[in-house]
Amino acid sequence: MSTQELVIPVAREIHTEPRRSDKVFRGVVTGGGLSSLAILGLIAIFLAYRGYEVLRQEGIGFITHSDWAISTDDAGNVIESHFGLAAMLVGTILCSFIAVVIAVPISVFSALFLNFYAPSWLKKFLITIIDMMAAFPSILFGIWGFLVLMPSVEYWAKLLHRYLGFIPIFDMQVPVFTRSPFVAGVVLAIMIIPIITSVSREIFSQAPLDRIQAAYALGATRWAMIKAVVIPHGRSGVIGGAMLGLGRAMGETVAVFTVLNIVFQVNWQMLLGAGGNVASLIILKFGDASPYEIKALMAAGLILFLLTLIVNAMANLIVKTTGKSGR
Amino acid sequence: MTMTPAPTKPWAASPKDRMIDGAIFSSALLSSYLTVLATPMKGKLAYFACFFIAYAILTTAFKGVQRGNAAAKDALVNSLVAIGAIVTVIPAASILATVLKKGLPGISFGLFTHDMALATPTDPLSNGGLLHAITGTLTLMALSLVMSVPIGILTALYLTEIKGRFTGPIRFLVQAMSGVPSIVAGLFILSAILYPITKAYSGFMGALALSILMIPTIARTSEEVLNLIPNDLREAGTALGGTQWRTVAMIVLPAAKSGLVTAVILGVARIAGETAPILLLTGGGDKVNPNAFNGPMGSLPYYIWKSFNAGSPEAITRAWAGLLVLVGLVLFLFTSARFLGSRKVSK
Repeated sequence: MSTQELVIPVAREIHTEPRRSDKVFRGVVTGGGLSSLAILGLIAIFLAYRGYEVLRQEGIGFITHSDWAISTDDAGNVIESHFGLAAMLVGTILCSFIAVVIAVPISVFSALFLNFYAPSWLKKFLITIIDMMAAFPSILFGIWGFLVLMPSVEYWAKLLHRYLGFIPIFDMQVPVFTRSPFVAGVVLAIMIIPIITSVSREIFSQAPLDRIQAAYALGATRWAMIKAVVIPHGRSGVIGGAMLGLGRAMGETVAVFTVLNIVFQVNWQMLLGAGGNVASLIILKFGDASPYEIKALMAAGLILFLLTLIVNAMANLIVKTTGKSGR
Repeated sequence: MTMTPAPTKPWAASPKDRMIDGAIFSSALLSSYLTVLATPMKGKLAYFACFFIAYAILTTAFKGVQRGNAAAKDALVNSLVAIGAIVTVIPAASILATVLKKGLPGISFGLFTHDMALATPTDPLSNGGLLHAITGTLTLMALSLVMSVPIGILTALYLTEIKGRFTGPIRFLVQAMSGVPSIVAGLFILSAILYPITKAYSGFMGALALSILMIPTIARTSEEVLNLIPNDLREAGTALGGTQWRTVAMIVLPAAKSGLVTAVILGVARIAGETAPILLLTGGGDKVNPNAFNGPMGSLPYYIWKSFNAGSPEAITRAWAGLLVLVGLVLFLFTSARFLGSRKVSK
């Protein structure tokens, strides 16, 4: 037997330096990941750049005045222009608030139904329907709202006016019920119910099971359990969901444009057939706008963008913090 | 001899309970009928509202008498949540029924073989069709897919595989991006590309705006899917000596394939009916235009919009027919996403 020579392996160094392929991979993926930052930044920069001239010209009046007029001479030079978004901003806020006020109770109730009342086959079926509604195009809601829903909503508006007219918001001097912010609000409510419902459903389903069962074991009825466990757990999540819906309602264009009568005058009476919406203004004026007016529209777009961005960011923060902390 | 106890269900409703439920239900029906007869209210919705109010009051009162205050509140909430669920679903049912009823008369074979080059929306329905709109919508979808799928999936990969310094901010920004109004995306492309560079409407401009709207949907859904891939798979890949790139490309992505396809389909469904940016950017031609980079391009939303605004009965029928085709397309995408999504990777 020959003696085997003992070979001591060379000390091997382990290093964490990634290979070149990994470096490329990481670079590409990070680049792709940062694109959302780039796109959002570019949107803000370009809209601000195009709208700057108008914003400087109008100053703070751009959001406090409500006339939108431009006159040009024969050569196409601007003689005089007034651009103000006040009516449109008020209209946007009014419509989307009506939508949220209508949609939140309905969505919360249906989310409760889905989580705690429905048998599982019905739950699956309803979730499919609600997700499907969220995928419907907005033009469908608009045309359906205009041709099918509006007669009914006008009738409800008349009832509200007749029986609750003493409350200032339901009051109006001229009885014109067609194409009012109320109608737009109802259409928007139908559009955002699926969103708020699925956010609330998600939050409610995270309610701690041990506490739910503890409540039942103490003899609570289903409602008592919901009141004691689910609502404290999900309250801020529902608020976040409502704000997501609000953001969606503020940016909605086609559906609102189809049902709303756009008037350049601040109107807080929700049943009166005159309203405004920043997004609809852009569609309305875009067709025959002169280059200078386009700049004003860009500035309007910038304001809408910032508005929805803020609302959405707050909503996401609220939803995220509830989802994590649990209670 | 031992006796096996027969299974009983002491919590099940007894025949007497069922009779009482039935009595409450039918008296609610009756009272809603009488209320509608007695008052000037009319229509299906009035019956519906009266029935539910009557039912809620009757069950609440009955439970209150039978079992006290807490049970009464419970019964009231019972009927409220049921109303909530029904009110949520009614619009969906009404929309689908209306689209079918009003759209079907406008559907014919010629609709799918002609474009509107030689017809106006107010012409009789036998003239023209929406071939240009369908081809246009499909072109727009394909183009925006090509642009948004890589970016969307790369973003999701960054959030799940690399988890670098920017994970938190990027997740936040992607969520913020999904709330960008579609009209703002349109205005952005208008201000950044159409006016300074190309100076002409084309399908490509529309597709650019649509991909901005599509990226967040794809990124968020893919992120969820990639998070479902068990970490064991990644560790196994690394243990076999694979670099991160090989692990992701050969193991993680194939494992998540059906989920990623679902994410992409959901993204397409999101933009299929998007109207506002299309109105700003594509120019909406009436002729089949195979070249997305040159010349105005029609699409289903534009066709619907144009016909609806033309206003005559023929034009409105055209709009409904277009809506039916569009809804069919969206529902087809939605169902296939559901079908693929239900075959999820095992956890």
